[in-house]
Amino acid sequence: MKMKDYFRSGDAWVWVNAGAVTLCLMMILGMLTLLAVKGLSHFWPKAIMQATYVADAANPQPVVGEIADTKSDPVARLLESGQPAPPGIDPLAKVERWSIKQGNKDITGQDFQWVTVPFLKDIRYPADLMMIERTTGGNLYGRLQSVTLNGQVITGNAAQASLQQAIDRVDELRTQAHDLEKGDIASVNYKMEQLRLDERKLQLKNKLDATAQAEIAERRSELENQFNAQNTKLQAINDSMDRDKAVFMIADGSTHDVSVHDMMYATAPNAMGIGAKVSQFFTNFWHFLSEDPREANTEGGVFPAIFGTITMVFIMTVLVTPLGVIAAIYLREYASQGRFTQMVRIAVNNLAGVPSIVYGVFGLGFFIYVLGGRIDQLFYPESLPQPVFGTPGLMWASITLALLTLPVVIVSTEEGLSRIPRSLREGSLALGATKVETLWRVILPMAMPSILTGVILAIARAAGEVAPLMLVGVVKLAPDLPVDLNAPFVHLDRKFMHLGFHIYDVGFQSPNVEAARPLVYATAFLLVLLVALLNLAAIALRNRLRERFKALET
Amino acid sequence: MATSEIPASTPAQRNIRLTAQQAAALDRKRRFKDRLVNWFIVLGGIFILFAILTIFLYLLSQAWQLFKPTSAMPVNTVVTTTAASPRTGFVTLDERNQIGMRLLPNGTVQFIDAHTGQPTGSKALTLPPNTQISRVQQSGILQGLVGVGLSNGQLLVFKPTYQGRQGADGKAETLADVTFPYGTAPLTVHDGGEPLTEFAIRDTDDSLQVLSNQGNQLHFQVFAEGGAAESSGGLVDEANPDQPAVAPAVGGLVDEANATPAENGPALVRSEDQVVPLTNTNAVRGLYLGQGGRWAFALTADNQVTVLRQQDGQYTPYQTVNVSRDGSPITAASPLQGEISMLFGSAKGRIDQWFMVRQPQLDAEGNEQYQFTPIRHFQLGSSPITVLGTEQRRKGILAGDQQGNVGYFYSTSERVIDKRKIADTPITAVALSTHSDGMLADATGSSTFLDVDAKHPDVSFQSLWGKVWYESYPKPDYVWQSSSGNQDFEAKLSLMPLTFGTLKAAFWAMILAIPLAIAAAMYTAAFMAPSLRTKIKPTIELMQALPTVILGFLAGLWLAPLVTDHLLAVFLLMLILPLVMLLCGFLWMQMPLERRNSIPDGIAPMILLLPLVLTFALVWYFSQPLEHMLFASNGGSLVKWLATVGIDYQSQNALIVGLIMGFAVIAPIYSIAEDALFAVPRHLVNGSLALGATPWQTLTRVVLPTASPGIFSAVMIGFGRAVGETMIVLMATGNTPIMDLNLFNGMRTLSANLAVEMGEAELGSTHLRVLFLSALVLFILTFLVNTVAEVVRNRLRKKYGSL
Repeated sequence: MKMKDYFRSGDAWVWVNAGAVTLCLMMILGMLTLLAVKGLSHFWPKAIMQATYVADAANPQPVVGEIADTKSDPVARLLESGQPAPPGIDPLAKVERWSIKQGNKDITGQDFQWVTVPFLKDIRYPADLMMIERTTGGNLYGRLQSVTLNGQVITGNAAQASLQQAIDRVDELRTQAHDLEKGDIASVNYKMEQLRLDERKLQLKNKLDATAQAEIAERRSELENQFNAQNTKLQAINDSMDRDKAVFMIADGSTHDVSVHDMMYATAPNAMGIGAKVSQFFTNFWHFLSEDPREANTEGGVFPAIFGTITMVFIMTVLVTPLGVIAAIYLREYASQGRFTQMVRIAVNNLAGVPSIVYGVFGLGFFIYVLGGRIDQLFYPESLPQPVFGTPGLMWASITLALLTLPVVIVSTEEGLSRIPRSLREGSLALGATKVETLWRVILPMAMPSILTGVILAIARAAGEVAPLMLVGVVKLAPDLPVDLNAPFVHLDRKFMHLGFHIYDVGFQSPNVEAARPLVYATAFLLVLLVALLNLAAIALRNRLRERFKALET
Repeated sequence: MATSEIPASTPAQRNIRLTAQQAAALDRKRRFKDRLVNWFIVLGGIFILFAILTIFLYLLSQAWQLFKPTSAMPVNTVVTTTAASPRTGFVTLDERNQIGMRLLPNGTVQFIDAHTGQPTGSKALTLPPNTQISRVQQSGILQGLVGVGLSNGQLLVFKPTYQGRQGADGKAETLADVTFPYGTAPLTVHDGGEPLTEFAIRDTDDSLQVLSNQGNQLHFQVFAEGGAAESSGGLVDEANPDQPAVAPAVGGLVDEANATPAENGPALVRSEDQVVPLTNTNAVRGLYLGQGGRWAFALTADNQVTVLRQQDGQYTPYQTVNVSRDGSPITAASPLQGEISMLFGSAKGRIDQWFMVRQPQLDAEGNEQYQFTPIRHFQLGSSPITVLGTEQRRKGILAGDQQGNVGYFYSTSERVIDKRKIADTPITAVALSTHSDGMLADATGSSTFLDVDAKHPDVSFQSLWGKVWYESYPKPDYVWQSSSGNQDFEAKLSLMPLTFGTLKAAFWAMILAIPLAIAAAMYTAAFMAPSLRTKIKPTIELMQALPTVILGFLAGLWLAPLVTDHLLAVFLLMLILPLVMLLCGFLWMQMPLERRNSIPDGIAPMILLLPLVLTFALVWYFSQPLEHMLFASNGGSLVKWLATVGIDYQSQNALIVGLIMGFAVIAPIYSIAEDALFAVPRHLVNGSLALGATPWQTLTRVVLPTASPGIFSAVMIGFGRAVGETMIVLMATGNTPIMDLNLFNGMRTLSANLAVEMGEAELGSTHLRVLFLSALVLFILTFLVNTVAEVVRNRLRKKYGSL
């Protein structure tokens, strides 16, 4: 085939079109792969490298840490930016550079360092290097010298096992302290606050007489006693956590005492086999899912964000499903199919295209300022000027997102209803069933898959939506979960954390973006996984539904 | 399904044997249930419609407040003793419109009930015996000082204060008082004892600056707290003004300075006296000190203003400008709030706003040049303006004229809030309450209180969408700057930069998305193998399910630095990738037909996958050395070369937004366009192919035109998505509200602006309402775009039905 014919027949352009499909595929698959790789590598135990950095021959510098990022730049660009580059290399050739996470932030003050690889001499991965995850101050990398376990100094090979033993003990104590803090002490605090509100309520009603005052004072002193008792207990636990300590030698050869109190996990990744690494991977993953964030959200887990997202989406689903289904039934089964209904249908369709931030603005203005302010005046005068519902919170966020996802459910349900053959309705009515009975026994069961599809799509949309939530209830760090053991158990007025907002917040507002980046990738991967799974489920359901009605129509 | 299949023992079977009564009861129950649910569903449906309407109506109601007609309605007029001349008249109002104050010609401050106009008390200023008030001049309105010039050349400074408190009956009430931050005794300004008629005062942290006119010679004096011993010895020798003596006690006065403004301050001494030469020999008619004392303005009888510039504490004449714009004499002048602008009222009722504008060129010595420039004007009536005043917290202008008209104008928005005739005599003093909801205006012999209804005078259609000449700006411009720490800040609420940013971001996203999405849709619908299509389509559609916060995060933290490092690669790829596609196709066609036939049709995207990925990797890897060679003279960087040709490069720019937001809108466009193309009836395609057209000709001449409305609506929906997208632009644009077509610069969009500022805007403020307005703009814009798309799509559906 000649070049001329290739173009004239249009085959050339067909290939360009095919290329567009390929590019789209590359983009989506590339992006998913990127997220998966970057997100999951956060959990993989990385080897700890030890080397001497001799960029300045007079001043060799010991380096110990994980390789956090790699990059290759042309030598010329390095020289341009005033960085050392190895001599005798073509300026256009590329050299590799590594970002080393050195940890020991509290001692050296420098968490990350970019190094030019050819300057690294004597790169080794000694098995005795340990990585300690701490509650504050970030990771610690170093060699374990000795452990003081219950007053007894242990050195040598047994030290590592003793350290593990000490950490396990602290871990248990920490769980106890945490349970105490979030359980009994939080409960006492909550009751105190309720008591204060009760007092204020009586005061507003002019019923705060001597007996009521005495009763409140009695209850208060009782709560205070409880609080003090619990606090003493907590103090005792905290003190006992300080018992053990360990001595580490860090990169520059100095030794440091570290209290086991601060340690979360100790691992020696260089000594791990592949099996141990895999098991460590899942352990890390579990920690990420189940723990609270630490260090201004840049470390630790995302449990409150997962919990907040799920709670919010759950409440939203409870709201949006009946409303959406009823609206769809009204539009399809009850309203006369005239021009007006057609217009309403277009309007509902278009609502799906209205920017989500507009819903946020509406939620903040109408729900929170107007409705919330009114609710506070009517039902919570005792806590004013502190707003209860007149401020962003879980309930308003759920309602706003329910409004946002309403068109999704309506459109999907309507589509399902429109696919049900007329003959089925007429058959049911002809047999003497009322309209409601037809609806309940015949139409709704048949439309169930499409309703479910709509609800799943709504959930997927809500789980990934962030912009409106920033205005109506999401915060970077919520002290309490929106659901706990204090009556009324679900606290609709509380602010909550959200996976999507967590990504925005940690990625863009955190003080140490470099350190937090792997965590953001991990969170992003988690969110994508959740949303993609929900969408795939919806697609699968829709396909099943289509098959089913194809059978009906023929 | 036959009923006979139901076993005899089911409840349904048993229910059939009913008595007539039971059956009737059951029927009633069923009918009742039917009707109940009927109502319930209709109610639910109407509720949903109502909810949709509420969104629109709520946003509209919030935004409408901005454009509501404004008014100032007279509540009462009382006959009173007032100042005989506008030059000595003075009134103020408190925050809650309860109490006002008026300075009477005899030197008594009268407290008046604002609503009834009746006096409630008074406090006398301690005027020296046998002196009269010759002139009353206020300091900058935020400083709240009132200077009373006396006929013996002395100056008395007082400050009206209002204190809110809980009254006996639980209602909030206001107490009015007069304090003397610079002492109750008058300060001697004119040593010779000539009447103090032309002067300006300004409060610095610990001293009072006075600019006055003594026999057509300007004196700049500073009064500060000082030891008694230096009371006269520290004065500047008038014959030798070049060596201003600094008060020796400066160090001592700082710690004892009047800490609480409510208390009367200690007496002051003059610590500096500087003679400012004035070349204009016409009589000085007014003196005014500008913001920070940087400029001072002297109005002379020939309608000229001599601008004085202060440098290192010395005032020197800078330029002289004729400020009469309509040829008639200037009859009143006042600084606007913030003292950046000057207001001049003419004998024909015209009010002009002027300020110093920085010139584009530097002067011969390389210093910045300024020009006193007329900015905008208002017209009150046709008779001479007698008083000019200003709003306390905003940039509103008050004016009164010879025939008893008062007017309230707003500078930034150029809105006329109200003009009203309240008396037949000249207006002598006028003031607004702190919240600008009440106005007190004195005419000779009468006083009127007006109820002002103007919550948001600072915004007009012109100020939102047109160019506005803001104070201190070199020229009229579109600016969005909603808040600042300063009290005298002029809010700049132009929606143009935000709308421009929105369209710019959407434009670049569409540039990427439209060709890719439509080309991909064309291939998928027309050529792709059906088995492959069922997999590829959902995969690409998955793109729109990705939460945009993740795309934004990748754009800001991953792609932006990557593109900065590989800018050349991005542009090379746009060129090379299509060439590689064409080349691969050509090579494929060179294969013998038998070989090709053994491979199923319509899997070209899979064939191209490997070559394209390889090309991508190669270009990416070699672009940096190439860039280095090409731009060796610019440090080997394309970004630096761009800087030399005058293109600014920011790492968070429209290109990044275009790439990532393009990615986000590919899926909706692809999905809808593919549906439209795929729905074109097969017989049209087959007919065309049977007549000998090639597949490509069939696609472009038959399928595309038929499906074009669908493709149009796909593009519209994609555009709507791009316009409203928030998280990507919030995280990847840098959010600077600039209007700049440059592809490598950032922008701020309407949606990102809402996300950034909505939570911080003060409840009830103009700022919040403008944000509501911008949400309404977004709502209407996307709603219109989507409606057009939806209507077009419905038409198309009907058309296919008939084919």
